[in-house]
Amino acid sequence: MTLPGGRRSGEPVIETAGLVKDFNGVRALAGVDLSVEAGQIFAVLGPNGAGKTTMLEILEGYLDRDAGSVAVLGQDPQKPDQGWREEIGIVLQETALEPALTVGEAIEMFAGYYSSPMPVEDAISLVGLESAVDTRTGRLSGGQRRRLDVGIALVGDPALLFLDEPTTGFDPAARRKAWQMIGGLREIGKTVLLTTHYLEEAQALADRIAILSQGLVIAEGRPDELGGPERNRTVISFRPDGHSVTDLPEELVGRAEAGGTEGLVRIATDDPTGDLGLLVAWAGDRGVELDSLEVRRPSLEDVYLELID
Amino acid sequence: MNRSLSLLWHQLKFSQKVFWRNPGSVFFTVLLPVLLLVIFATIFGTDPIESLGGIPTTDYYVPAIASLAVVSATFLNLGMNLTIAREAGLLKRLRGTPQPAWLFIAGKVANAVIISALMVVLITAVGAALYGSPPPWDGLAALVVSLAVGAACFCCLGIAMTAVIPSREAAPAVMNLITLPLYFLSGVFIPESEIPEGVLRFAGLFPIRSLFEAFLSAYDPAVAGFAVGPLVALALWGTAGFLLAARFFRWTPSR
Repeated sequence: MTLPGGRRSGEPVIETAGLVKDFNGVRALAGVDLSVEAGQIFAVLGPNGAGKTTMLEILEGYLDRDAGSVAVLGQDPQKPDQGWREEIGIVLQETALEPALTVGEAIEMFAGYYSSPMPVEDAISLVGLESAVDTRTGRLSGGQRRRLDVGIALVGDPALLFLDEPTTGFDPAARRKAWQMIGGLREIGKTVLLTTHYLEEAQALADRIAILSQGLVIAEGRPDELGGPERNRTVISFRPDGHSVTDLPEELVGRAEAGGTEGLVRIATDDPTGDLGLLVAWAGDRGVELDSLEVRRPSLEDVYLELID
Repeated sequence: MNRSLSLLWHQLKFSQKVFWRNPGSVFFTVLLPVLLLVIFATIFGTDPIESLGGIPTTDYYVPAIASLAVVSATFLNLGMNLTIAREAGLLKRLRGTPQPAWLFIAGKVANAVIISALMVVLITAVGAALYGSPPPWDGLAALVVSLAVGAACFCCLGIAMTAVIPSREAAPAVMNLITLPLYFLSGVFIPESEIPEGVLRFAGLFPIRSLFEAFLSAYDPAVAGFAVGPLVALALWGTAGFLLAARFFRWTPSR
């Protein structure tokens, strides 16, 4: 598939290697390696202070790096050529626009800065602000204002969008609407790099997630494989009703871990169906009640909390 | 060049909309000077000022309030609004677009100059209509040059001021603290015949007095010409403001 800007999906749009940034001797980024491909929604997830915004501002050309290499749309953001800014859209963590302009006028003002913008109405409908076109930006709700920020970032018809914490401070309903809108950007072929400290957000939106902690990418991958196969094993847990772990079928004994809360036994497995069959057959033969039986894949949250610990 | 001009026009259009829709800027920049002219003319009347060749006090207040209006439209307007735009992150956001960010400033400056010209015309017209103060037909060239030099000077100074104003809350306080005392000392609020010589000389070190002197020379029928000294002073202040602004202007919020 060919995407806007003549890029093919899968082609790298952002690449960093060993990216380092210090502020007054404090290391904010400690060697970040990142690769984002065209057409992806890529989430950088991390706790507050992990370096997400610093990283984003280096990619956007606002901050100069101290070491490492960066290529955004094939160019160094510290010295891009004239056309580079035509291809990127930016949503900062906070922007207040001219409060006296209406939504339509604010988008029109920004459209004028680009050589081939999309029609203002298209940008407005992409962010779902049709009903607020004539509302002054100073009167918008927080959620609407954020959508306007995205509309302004989109109106130049960029290939790549940066969204810095697009839904921080939203109520759950507004957050869902924003997710729908951001998810829609994938359909029109945009590449999106967003930062967030909401796990559900990364999970709901992203094709790939990088977890940033203390200035380093500590894990990167698809949401369902993040943290590697070790951390993503299915866990069978139960109480063996007075039996000890050593009574279990021999295929399971080696992997069973006792000592969970109140005698809970846990078995991590790559073959949950087979292991569960063995366990149920064993219990059936002996008339053992498998109290609190549960088969569970670790959630992204489990993996995340374990990783940033 | 063509692209820059059309961008400047685009920016000016939106700066105009923003200005006229903001009740604060319309009141302080447009209505307040008219109100001040009426108040001072009412209080001090038409008595002739002997030290100025006997021109009526009302005629004195037209160039006085016109210079106040220019300072409001340029110095105060830019000093406050660019600080607000910076602290809101708008200037930073604009730097993320292909438009050179100075064009946004240029749009605001063009807007300020247009408002200044409009205010000089308005104040002159109100003076003529209510108090019969003659428009400065003979000093028109001097008025236009004084307006151009004065507006340019105070735009540069206003932009330079943003560098020392830390927050949007501080902006009105800092800007008024500078201008209000100078209006009194420079003879803008009180006829200069009532102000001690030494005070006037002190005020003459600052550009508000210079702008007023340049305007008064254009309006005073006995002179109706250029006040070269004050114009040079304005040009020097403007150059200093320009250099300081170019060196210290910030695009990103303080925080």
